[in-house]
Order: sequence, then C-alpha cells, then structure tokens
Amino acid sequence: MTSRRLRIWAGLHTWTSLICTLFLLVLCLTGLPLIFHEDIDRAFGQRATADLAAAAAMPLLPLDRLLEIARQARPGEAVRFATAVPGEPLWNMEMGASAESRSLTAIVTIDARTGRIMRTGDRIRSPAMQFLKDLHTELLMEQPGMLFLGLVGLCFVAAIVSGVVLYRPFMRKLPYGTLRVEKRRRYWLDVHNLAGITLTAWMLVVGVTGVINTLSQQIADHWMRTELAAMIAPWRNAPVPAQVTPLQDAVETALAAFPGMAVATVAMPGSMFAGGHHYDVFLSGAEPLTSKLIKPVMVDAQTGKITEARDLPWYAQALFISKPLHFGDYGGWPLKVLWAVLDLMTIGVLLSGLYLWISRLAGWRSFREGATDEA
Amino acid sequence: MRLERQALLTTLQIFRAPLAVAAITAFGLLSALLGDGVWDALSWIALAVPVVVTAHYLCRSIARGKV
Repeated sequence: MTSRRLRIWAGLHTWTSLICTLFLLVLCLTGLPLIFHEDIDRAFGQRATADLAAAAAMPLLPLDRLLEIARQARPGEAVRFATAVPGEPLWNMEMGASAESRSLTAIVTIDARTGRIMRTGDRIRSPAMQFLKDLHTELLMEQPGMLFLGLVGLCFVAAIVSGVVLYRPFMRKLPYGTLRVEKRRRYWLDVHNLAGITLTAWMLVVGVTGVINTLSQQIADHWMRTELAAMIAPWRNAPVPAQVTPLQDAVETALAAFPGMAVATVAMPGSMFAGGHHYDVFLSGAEPLTSKLIKPVMVDAQTGKITEARDLPWYAQALFISKPLHFGDYGGWPLKVLWAVLDLMTIGVLLSGLYLWISRLAGWRSFREGATDEA
Repeated sequence: MRLERQALLTTLQIFRAPLAVAAITAFGLLSALLGDGVWDALSWIALAVPVVVTAHYLCRSIARGKV
C-alpha cells in the first residue's frame, strides 16, 4: 500500500470512527441490559406471567372472550392487535382509541386459560427498560433519532471495513496475536488491532442488522402501500361489515389452511395492517428460522373465508431475520451471555481507538510509524 | 514504503487467522438461527472462539508484564 493510500484509509478510519464512537458507546452501554430485558423485567416482577391458579392442561378460552375482557377493562377503547406471547398461554391485547388508531393506549395481557388480566401497561416492558430501548433505538427522538442512528450504523460499518483494510499494512511484520508490551501506546494499538480484527464478523453483523432495524417504519409503510394495498384492493370501498366473523373462527381457518404454523399476531378489522374488511392473521413457522418470520393470511371478516395469503417480500423478511441477529435472543441464555461479552469487548475496541486518537493528536506521523517503522 | 530487512508477511499469512475466526463466528451466528438443540450448543462454542482467542493473547501479554 502506498503512503498516500494508507493516509486516505487511515483518515477514513479515524473520521468515520470519531463520528460514531460516542453514539456507539451509548448503543453498547444501553444494549448491554437490553440483551437481558425480559429476564430483568421478570426478576423485578415487571413482566406478565402465566396465571398460577390455572392448571397447565386447562382448555383455552375462545379468543373472542379475551377481546371482551380487554374491552371491559378499557371502556371506550378497541383492540387493534391481539398477539400471542410465545411459549406461554398469554395474549397481549394492544388497545387504541379505536381499531383504526395508530397510537397505542395500553397493552392488556390476559391468561387465555382463566381469562384473568395478568398485567396492564402502556408498554410490554417496564418503564426503565422502555427508556433504555427508546434511548438505544432512537436517542429519545422517535423517527428522526432512529434514522440518525441508521447513519451512525453506516459510519460504524465504514469504520470496520477501513479498519480491516488498515490491518494489513500494520501487521506486515507481526504475526496474529502479537501484543508488544514495551510501550504503552504501541501496546494499545496492538490490542485495538487484535480485538478489532477478531470481532470483525460479529461487529459487522450486529452493525448491519442494527441499520436494517432502523428502517422498520419505512419497511412497514412500504409493505402497507404495496403488498397490503394489493391484497385488500377489491374491498377498498366496501363497507365495514356490521356483523364480523368471530376472531376464534378466523384464526382457526388460517391455521387449518397452513398446518404446522402457529398464530403470532392478529390485526383486527380496521387496524392499519388489516384494512376495514379483514382480519390479518399473521402466522409463524415451527422451524427455528421460519419461527422468526411471519406470513400474513387475509381472512374476510364477513364471510370468514381466506381471500389471500402471501409470504412477506424480501425486504420485510430481511427485517425479521435482522432482529434476532441484532438482539442475540435466539439461542438460549448462553448466547445472550456471549452477546454481552462481545458487547463489552466492542466497548474495549472503541475506547482503545479513542485513546489512540487522543494520544496521537500531536500529528499523523506516528500512525505511519505504526505501519512502517515500528517492529 | 521503506523496505525492511526482516521478511514481510504475505496478505494470506496476515489474514489467515482473522479469516478463520470470522468463518467460525459466521457459523455460530447461523447455526443457532437455523437449528435448535445441538446447533444452539455449537453456536455457543463457535461464538466463544473470538472471545477466548482475544482473552488468550491479552492474558499472555499481561503475564509477560510491564503493561
């Protein structure tokens, strides 16, 4: 690598890193407890749990009964989405001022065996975890904050790629794993290079999937404008049925049409993911990978018949696959622990990089020395 | 770039170990996503590799002292 190209890559690495380091530190520090958000909320009794008064084998109440219970608990409000809690006999009823409303008023969690309301909250998470999540995903600034963090993520990816390019000129004379202990700055340069190159694959995956997650609103909007609009086009001007098919029947029809799948969530007629004339029953698969994906099944709310079901388009599938790969919540608690350790090591890469930049403020000369003269 | 008397490592020599770690990491990230049970366990082993490798060299350097 010529001296000029080295300087360009070094500049790119320095500046993309500097732009994003502060934000990445916030993301790493808030992300650390968020890896365990369910476990932490459960430990503090902030998470809905199954009704202990129920026998495990008790039959489940019809879903329409759960809708009734939720409506009684929140008079004047409507259920927008009914979501099954994976692995538990619980349903989250997501309420709004009306089914059409785009804003959430409360989540009522009901045990489907006893009909008992186990928790009512404005979010699924505890206020503390919700705060950390809002800080992590949008810097407490909603959509603009989220898109800004997408740009931060792109900077992170550019910093990783330029770091990999720089690794070669820096390591021309040093076998992998060399940490020269004689001088402090050189030691931290070696530590930065070793940890950075060793964590590259994990940091790239978490960085890229994080960027994809920042586009979730745009992806949902695009899906509604194109796929959903096409599926409900024939009913665009049809009146909302006076008498709707029971939710339980709609779900059973969808499940019967796609054996082996489970219901993940149902968008109620009138809600933004269903249109006025349908239930949109989102099914998920039984395999490890397909359980992360959802398949919308449109059930006519008047006739109770399926009018259409299509897989999510590639960009929405990319979003649903990106979630577990970003959160690390798809392989049991040991994976979460590893995610936390890798997160802490990433903080080490960030801080050692920051130290190298501060200690080199005198000039760019020592950077070149690191690549060519020091041995 | 000034030429050194000491032999320079080739690109392959420089990136052989990092590429191996990256491949193991990628396997670990995918195995838990695509499988359950034993594939989860393989994912834990694979994702422990970058952690253990980094920790190994760090411990070795600390044992050598001075820093």
